[in-house]
Amino acid sequence: MTETYTLKIRRYDPESGSAAYWEEFGVDLPPERSVLDGILQARDRQDGSIAIRCSCQAAICGSCGVRINGKSRLACNTKIGLAAEAAPNGAIVVEPMGNMPVLKDLIVDMDAVHWKKVQRVVPWLLPEGDPPEREYIVDPESMIDVTQAMACIHCGVCVSACLSMEVDPDFIGPAALAKAYRFVGDPRDAHAEDRLLDLAEDPHGIYDCTHCFACVEVCPKDVAPMNQIMRLRRRATGDYGIKDANNGYGHEKAFTDLIHKYGWLSEAQLLPKSYGDGSLIRAQLKPAAVRELAAKFPTIVRGLASGKVSPKTALIHHKLRDQDEIRRIYDEVESKDDRLELNLYIIGEDGSEEGEAAGSGGGAEEGAMAEGGQES
Amino acid sequence: MPSHDVLVIGAGLAGQRAALAAAEEGASVGILSKVHPVRSHSNAAQGGINAALNPEDSWESHAFDTVKGSDYLGDQDAIEVMCREAPDEILTLEHLGVTFHRNEEGRLGTRAFGGASAARTYYVADITGQAILHVLYEQLMRHDEVYRYEEYFTTKLVLDDDGHAAGCVARQMRDGTMELFAAKTVILACGGNGQIYNPTTNALICTGDGIAMAYRAGAPLMDMEMVQYHPTTLAGNGLLITEGARGEGAHLYNAQGERFMEKYAPNKMELASRDVVSRAEQTEIDEGRGFPDGTVALDITQVPRKRIHEALREIVNVGRDFAGVDITREPIHIKPGNHYTMGGVKTDKDGHTGVPGLYAAGEVACVSVHGGNRLGANSLLDTLVFGRRSGKDAAAHARNHRMPEPPHSHVSDEEATLSELVGRDRDGRRVSEIRADLGKVMDEHVAVFRDEDGLLEAAQTVQRLKEEAKTVAIDDKGTIFNQDLFGAIELGFMLDNAECVIVGALERKESRGAQFRTDHPERDDDEWLKHIDLTLDGDRPNVTYSEVTLTRWEPEERKY
Ligand SMILES: Cc1cc2nc3c(=O)[nH]c(=O)nc-3n(C[C@H](O)[C@H](O)[C@H](O)COP(=O)(O)OP(=O)(O)OC[C@H]3O[C@@H](n4cnc5c(N)ncnc54)[C@H](O)[C@@H]3O)c2cc1C
Ligand code: SF4
Ligand code: SF4
Ligand code: FES
Repeated sequence: MTETYTLKIRRYDPESGSAAYWEEFGVDLPPERSVLDGILQARDRQDGSIAIRCSCQAAICGSCGVRINGKSRLACNTKIGLAAEAAPNGAIVVEPMGNMPVLKDLIVDMDAVHWKKVQRVVPWLLPEGDPPEREYIVDPESMIDVTQAMACIHCGVCVSACLSMEVDPDFIGPAALAKAYRFVGDPRDAHAEDRLLDLAEDPHGIYDCTHCFACVEVCPKDVAPMNQIMRLRRRATGDYGIKDANNGYGHEKAFTDLIHKYGWLSEAQLLPKSYGDGSLIRAQLKPAAVRELAAKFPTIVRGLASGKVSPKTALIHHKLRDQDEIRRIYDEVESKDDRLELNLYIIGEDGSEEGEAAGSGGGAEEGAMAEGGQES
Repeated sequence: MPSHDVLVIGAGLAGQRAALAAAEEGASVGILSKVHPVRSHSNAAQGGINAALNPEDSWESHAFDTVKGSDYLGDQDAIEVMCREAPDEILTLEHLGVTFHRNEEGRLGTRAFGGASAARTYYVADITGQAILHVLYEQLMRHDEVYRYEEYFTTKLVLDDDGHAAGCVARQMRDGTMELFAAKTVILACGGNGQIYNPTTNALICTGDGIAMAYRAGAPLMDMEMVQYHPTTLAGNGLLITEGARGEGAHLYNAQGERFMEKYAPNKMELASRDVVSRAEQTEIDEGRGFPDGTVALDITQVPRKRIHEALREIVNVGRDFAGVDITREPIHIKPGNHYTMGGVKTDKDGHTGVPGLYAAGEVACVSVHGGNRLGANSLLDTLVFGRRSGKDAAAHARNHRMPEPPHSHVSDEEATLSELVGRDRDGRRVSEIRADLGKVMDEHVAVFRDEDGLLEAAQTVQRLKEEAKTVAIDDKGTIFNQDLFGAIELGFMLDNAECVIVGALERKESRGAQFRTDHPERDDDEWLKHIDLTLDGDRPNVTYSEVTLTRWEPEERKY
């Protein structure tokens, strides 16, 4: 059943010499069709100059990353009906992705940011010596494990949503670091230690992530980049004793404790916790912690200002609806081998719980949509 | 002027594989693509890639399945090459880093696919194409001797005075500059033409550019009528449910709950060749045993849930996001839909086309290893094997050839054509309207079942659309990412493709593989065991024939 929707698209034409502006288009589509279908209908019927990259229309080519009602997403797998429900004043707001320069309308420069960062992590397999005559024989689970990172379609949606990237444009970022895990976690690669050392020593590397969870929430392929970053850290410390110059391990531990307790991250709690034992005062007793804490403070402030961390989520513990599920996953994961932690890519080992775990992923996403697409 | 020994146009699997092979031979290589390479449509391949790598399997068995699948229209010398070289190709990919599924011993594991007598499909969950494409792109990032021209749209091929390939004209999409590329050899790897149909499983970029550019440059096309309809696509939007689903054990039912494949292919059932399954479904639907939305049901619920999540994860998402169905719990409605271009630019086993120095590989080409019907998971293999062979041969050819110096007039002519198009007043129809009419008429009359009346009607419509395309108007007057303009150029390519498909389908007065003529329902080996070649003559395709190469398998009746 066709309905009429309003798309409010942010237009920008560098050749015109004028600044970006908003333009509204009415489109007629059934609610289950995508926002991309809406944009294409506007382009086909009203204004052929609307620019957006798109190709597969099936969330596989990674072309159509945009921000819809302020939330970074793929236009082709966002239902227009749901987007309209979450839209302020009924008009679905479509903007180019963040953290990357805009070239025209909804097209951003991914080369200048995303691909440069991917190139930074030495993104190819570096095995030792000549390959075997047949295939490398490796643990089947390890292949499934790195396939989660392999599932990344390089859409840049996480890059657009990343809080650390906004604060520190040099941060290697979620997608590129997930790509790095793809090699570190691959038993065929012989340079895991060098890779980890490199990423740990780089001040914009694995310890530059503030666990804002945004990348996990927005990724359309369940790559869960933050989790890949956590695994890189765990391997760095656990397997190679690599010291974290930036107090990242404490940060990570605090993060894990908090999420276990509350099912969601409280940005305001996180910093004090990682520098002391949870109380701001004790943390202040350690001079190094105080210095770093002070340096990190703008992160929260900027987070609040940009709306990525709402006061509500920063100051009050925002519990996920299905936090029992999250806790269950954590418990299950913790009781297991380090390597498989939080691999939501392939859910559940024991048949019966799979469906529920799968549901929890979708639930988290819907929860976010219902709150007006706010990133928390 | 950028100049290269080997210029590859297209950066899907075929193009990237060709570029790497040519670079390994020491050639200077440029690779152009109208989208970032990882956005190429090869990333959509879910199911996997075939190879007889298991000691119990044999390349002969793989080759025979392919020959039979092709309904004997495949060239057996080329099929032999492909199947012999398949195992090495898989191992090369594995060594480069593709995370292929492993069995319990940690060795490469397989799944079953349609039309195959052994489980010989290697895969990465259901993102096989994406995984291979990304790993090849890692290699391109590593080898900076391969020069990448990303988001460059090729508008035309350039030949020298002797009719030898000499380069191409391309428009840099970001800023609209037109550039002339000089090259000793050119490899076309532009993919298929699925967008001439609507709906289709193919991405918006699959507009048959390479087929049309080669045709316009004088290279013969072959077997263009052979268009694959995939048995399991979603009704509304044409999205694909991989054959891997049936490989994992999913069944097909009509609206009366009958597992109808029992009637059509009692032995192979759901895993018969695609043309066979698609025709069976279409027959059920046409005879009123389908669902009211013109579909039948694919039921995957008997496959264990964990297995579905591991091996068919992508289609769980497709079902959920694009059809609102949890495929682990309920059947999903599907129907046959346009999927693959078996025909294309006629080549030999080393990618040579009818134009010296011009090569073609991948879906753009017709070697022909797929003949009348491509087997699932043979296409990725085709792109890689013939991509590599073309790259290697082109590099060798370039060694004995001097760098051409195509005159600048090629660019200025092309620039003039495009500025006329951009500057035109808005009197004519929109690109999108013509494109919609084209997709509709092709799906109506040039689909699973065809007959002369329908084909003639389609031919007439396409002629009318060609006329209308001459005055098509666009809104975007700018130079930066003028996607409106690219749409108009693609429209021209698509109409050439459509015309050739229809001419081939009218010409072939028999039923073989994907071509089923209700007015000529039998396969006719005496008259039609031959390829149909089309060469541009004036502004129409001229029809000639060429022999099908038979090596060791005589044509037999095809039963599944
Ligand atoms: C949904 C789906 C699932 C599939 N699953 C399987 C499977 O499981 N197994 C299997 O074997 N096969 C499968 N196939 C088929 C297979 O994916 C394709 O046939 C194959 O990937 C084609 O690869 P290619 O390199 O020839 O072309 P593509 O990957 O289509 O690449 C074409 C390239 O050409 C470039 N290009 C095109 N025109 C121009 C131009 N004018 N200027 C510059 N560049 C241009 C594009 O940018 C792109 O880089 C599937 C196909 C689809 C649609
Ligand atoms: S969790 Fe880390 S990497 Fe992910 S978006 Fe937040 S800061 Fe960026
Ligand atoms: S990690 Fe996810 S969101 Fe980020 S680029 Fe990859 S697919 Fe896109
Ligand atoms: S169009 Fe390909 S990901 Fe959206």
